[in-house]
Formats: sequence, structure tokens, C-alpha cells
Amino acid sequence: MTTEAMPSARADTAAATEPVLRQQVLVLYLDGSALDSRVVGWSRYDGTGRTSPTTGDSDEPPYESGVGALLDGWRLFQAAQLIPPYPGHEYDVSFLKHEFFFERLVDVRAS
Amino acid sequence: MENRLELLNSVQMARFVARGSLRLDAVVPAEMNAEGLAVLADGVPSVPYGTPLSDAYDNGSFVRRLLALPRVAGALRSLVGPEPWVDHHFVHTRAPHGGTAQALHGDAIIDVRPDAFDVQLMYYPQDVTLEMGGTLSVPGSHLRRINESDTGRYQNLRGQDRLVCPAGTVVFLHHGIWHGGRRNDSDILRYMFKIRFNPRVRQRRLWDTSDLHDPQVTAELDAMFPWYEGATGRLERYNRILLWRHLTGDDGFDLDHWVTRVSNRPQEIVT
Repeated sequence: MTTEAMPSARADTAAATEPVLRQQVLVLYLDGSALDSRVVGWSRYDGTGRTSPTTGDSDEPPYESGVGALLDGWRLFQAAQLIPPYPGHEYDVSFLKHEFFFERLVDVRAS
Repeated sequence: MENRLELLNSVQMARFVARGSLRLDAVVPAEMNAEGLAVLADGVPSVPYGTPLSDAYDNGSFVRRLLALPRVAGALRSLVGPEPWVDHHFVHTRAPHGGTAQALHGDAIIDVRPDAFDVQLMYYPQDVTLEMGGTLSVPGSHLRRINESDTGRYQNLRGQDRLVCPAGTVVFLHHGIWHGGRRNDSDILRYMFKIRFNPRVRQRRLWDTSDLHDPQVTAELDAMFPWYEGATGRLERYNRILLWRHLTGDDGFDLDHWVTRVSNRPQEIVT
């Protein structure tokens, strides 16, 4: 197990001319397993610290479909697997099934 | 304490089975709401888990009078029957400009009883505006098998209910409903008083069933909510049908053949 300190990613340690990138994450829950399906749920996390999204903060989704997010520049980095139901639990309902994670990198030095 | 009851009808019960909630707007009179605000500010002494309702609150106390209001008493009787246990109660507050919202969650622990349910009464003694961060709840989420705040990743779902209500509103929630206190962005301290009730009788035809065959009953049970994935929405109806069968004792009840179709295993041998 290493005891080395994690290199700092703070903006004030980077060279003045280099971009300082922070990740914004968008999670979309879709009506089906296809990426062009309708959005039924959404969450946002902002690594720039400029916004503070939270539970129950909006009634309208940011995009109508997963592809809508792609068209606006979000990059997909994870999609939920399709997992068959466990035997005996075929009719159970639980978490939302069609979860897609997107990211966008933002230069926090840009205005 | 149940002098007069205004029981729910079958359409209202079917709506509860589909949505997992029942809302009674401004059912508590204004003078009681003013008193209620002061009572909640002072705190309501706790009662031991599992106290029978008639033993839980003193005669003449605010909570006892709240629960004796005919529509409140009737709804409680319809949902969990006579003399339920008081599981616990709690005065919830959301401070002005109070930081963060609660993560979306179901109370207690995962609870998958197919033929019984608890209800949680939520009483709002003051007008609740959108800015005050009224309780967020998700219609039709109560039959989902999740444990407590494992749903915290979900911030917003289509068709979610961000409660805005007049003073004196009482909401009854199925124990499984996904909900959370929203961030209070107003200057007003917001109160909500919650009591959880456990049934002590079989929850079968406890309401006014004179309209049991009203077509609106099946319409309510057939409701889809905007956040459902299409395929899973069919399973939601399957599970509702099973719950309605338990509540009515009608083992043949169905909607569009959903349960009948997949349980049909004829044994007759044709020679």
C-alpha cells in the first residue's frame, strides 16, 4: 500500500496556459435499452462547483432522449448491461434498468 | 376516538394501490393548523413502538384530535383497519435555505410483504410553496423492491410529485413509496408531522366497497406513470393486480389478462 500523496489537480498548480479540466456528469434513465429512447429520469453532478444539482430540483428533463445529449456534446461513457431476471423473480420491479452515464469536460479557466 | 368515519370508496382505494399515496387537501381546519404549528415546534413526545392507537395520544391532545377528523379517521380505517399500532412518529423540519435535499429513499428497510402494508400519515400545518421544498414523492414507486436510500442516485423522475399544498393537508403514503424532503430555498421554516401505522387486522375490504365494480376502479389500477419504462410498467400492473386481489379477496380479478395469461397452466389431459 503506497503512502505517496495524490498529485494535486487544483487549478492553481497548472501552468498558466494549460486548460484546467473538470468533469460534469449527466445520468439519463431511458424508457428502453436503446440510446434514442425517451428520457424518464435524470441526475447531474458538476465537478466545476458552479452548480449544485440536487434531488427534486426540476420537473423537465434536460433532453428528450439519450441521443439528444450526444447532439449537445455529452460523451457517453457507461451504459447499463442487460441482465436477465433471476429465476423466480421475473415479475419483480426494482431499480430503473436503462441507465446511461455521460460526461462533459469543462475548462474552469474559461469564462 | 373513531366517532365518525368517512371511509374511502373503491375508486380511492384503487388509486392508492396504483399511486401509493392518497392526498386530502386542507382537511384540517385553520384553527387547528395554527395550534398544530405550535405543537410541532414544541415537539411531540415519542411513544413506544407498537403502541395501540387508542393508547398512543392523550384524550384532547392535538394529535388525537387530528386523527379523529372524520376524513382522516376514515382514510386510516380504510387503509389499515381499526386500532392499528403506532409504529413511531416524528416532527420533520426543513430549515430556511437549508442546504441539501434528502436523497430519494424508502423508509425503514426493504419491505416486500405482498398482502399487507403500513401507511405513513404526513400532516402539513402550513401552506407549502414550491420554494419551501415540500416532500418529493414518486407516484407508483411503492412496489419497487429497493432498500432505503439505494435510490439516492435518482434526482428527478418524470411525473414526480413535488408537493405544493394548502395548510391542513394530510397525505397517506404506502410504506414503500420513494420520497424525500426537498431543499428549502425559502425564508420559512417548514414543518411536517409524520406517523407510521402498522395494521393489526387483515387488510381486506376495509373501505366502502359499494362501488367495487365501478369501471373507474379498473381505470385507476391501470394507470401508467411517466417515469415508468414501458416494459417494466407492465410488470407494475401485474403486481398491482396481485395486491388488489389480496385487498378484495377476488382471486380472479385481472386487467387485460396480464396475470391470467402467465399463470395459465392447464392440467387437463385430453385423450
